[in-house]
Formats: sequence, structure tokens, C-alpha cells
Amino acid sequence: MPEVTRRDRPLSPHLQVYRLAFTTVLSGLHRLTGLALSVCSLLLVGWLLAAARGPGAYAVAHRILASLPMRVLLAAALVAFWYHLFNGLRHLAWDAGLGFDQSAARRSGGLVVALAALASILTLALAWRHFA
Amino acid sequence: MSAINQPVAHGKAAPIGHATRHWLYQRTSSIALPPLGLWFLFALLAQPDLGHASVSAWLARPLQAALLLLFTWCALWHSSLGVQVVVEDYVPGRRRAATLRVLRLLHWAAAIAAGYALWQLALGRAG
Repeated sequence: MPEVTRRDRPLSPHLQVYRLAFTTVLSGLHRLTGLALSVCSLLLVGWLLAAARGPGAYAVAHRILASLPMRVLLAAALVAFWYHLFNGLRHLAWDAGLGFDQSAARRSGGLVVALAALASILTLALAWRHFA
Repeated sequence: MSAINQPVAHGKAAPIGHATRHWLYQRTSSIALPPLGLWFLFALLAQPDLGHASVSAWLARPLQAALLLLFTWCALWHSSLGVQVVVEDYVPGRRRAATLRVLRLLHWAAAIAAGYALWQLALGRAG
């Protein structure tokens, strides 16, 4: 393939061209929640380093993580965790060749949103004592 | 076929040179992560509190520390593969290789730091 053609290839997923469908939004959310969880994995490592360092360093990390803005972000991260987990299972089903047609993809998408909402509410309730 | 199946050109910085391997690694890590992630979430929520004493007592148990290390490494591996795809889609031209290199380094550093931290915690050396 000539170099020019390669360089001029469009960026995916052509946001300006396609009309947003339910499944498109879900696909975008999978990426966004994935990126958010990438940041969370770094937060987790920071938290572990502080814990390994000792009570003093841990107290600083805990104070930052327990601040109101971080609590809101961590609650959002919990929602992202559940969405990415359930939608990831949906992706694995597709990889196995299951549920590929349009109506099935819409239905499984609705199921993922419902399960993620339910699991988020339940675990937020469980986590409440750590947040309060 | 060959026209659309050209590998993305990002030079020597490519963490994984071949799309099939990337696909396989992304799936392997995504099969491992749901059980590990659920274990981590519920183990964390089950702690009496999240003070240093509770957390260091929890992770001074070698099996618990090993499980958390496995989760953290799988999550970082999956994250590295995931952000690579996003960068390939949205960062054009010469900046792509540099961005991928920085992100890969960041993930390696985090993985090593997690190993060090959990090693210290498992040996009960945390304060």
C-alpha cells in the first residue's frame, strides 16, 4: 500500500459521519469507562505504595481519597467498574459468535445497563459505611 | 484484503507487534479480570474499616497479597492493551510512537511498584 494512502486513513470511529445509535453510545462508554479504570488502577498502586510505606504515608493517601471530590469520583469509578465488567462479558460473548444481530445487540446492551445500574446501587449501599 | 489489513505503523515502540497477539492478550486478561475484580471489590468492602491497621493486617496474609498482586497485574496488562488501541485510533502521526512508549513505561512502572508494595505488605513490613 502506498505511503500516502496509509497516512490519509480516517480516524475511527467517524463520529462526524454516523448518527449516534444506542449501541454506539454503549461502545463509546466501554472505552471511556476503560480509560477511567486505567486511571483507577494507577490510584490503586499509589494506595498500595502508601500502605507499604507505613501509617504516616497511608494517612495522607487516605485523607486525599476520602475527600469529597475523590469520594464522588470513586463512586463514579464503581459504576464504571460494573459497566465495563458486564459490557466486557458482552464483548466476550460476541467473540464466541453469540448475539451478533442488531436486535440481540440492542437487547444485550439494555441488559448490561440494567445489571450495571443494579450492581452499582447494591455495592454503593454496601460501601456506604466506608464513604460516610 | 491486504489494503485494509495493513498493520498500524508505529515503529519500534509497538508493545505488541501483531494484531492477533494483541487480540489474544486482551481476551486472556478480560477472562481473568471479572473473578479477580469481584474478589477485590468484595474483599475491600468486607474490611472492618479502611485504616492502615486493617489494610496492612489484610495484606499481611500471603494468599491475599498474592491475589491482589495478580489482580493488579492483570488490570495493568489489560489497561496497557486498552489504552494502546485508543492511542492508535486518536493520536496521529509521529506523536503516536512517543505516546505509546510513555504509556507502556507508566504501566511497567506501576506493575513494578505494585510488586514492591505488596511484597513489603505480605512480609508485614508496613510500618
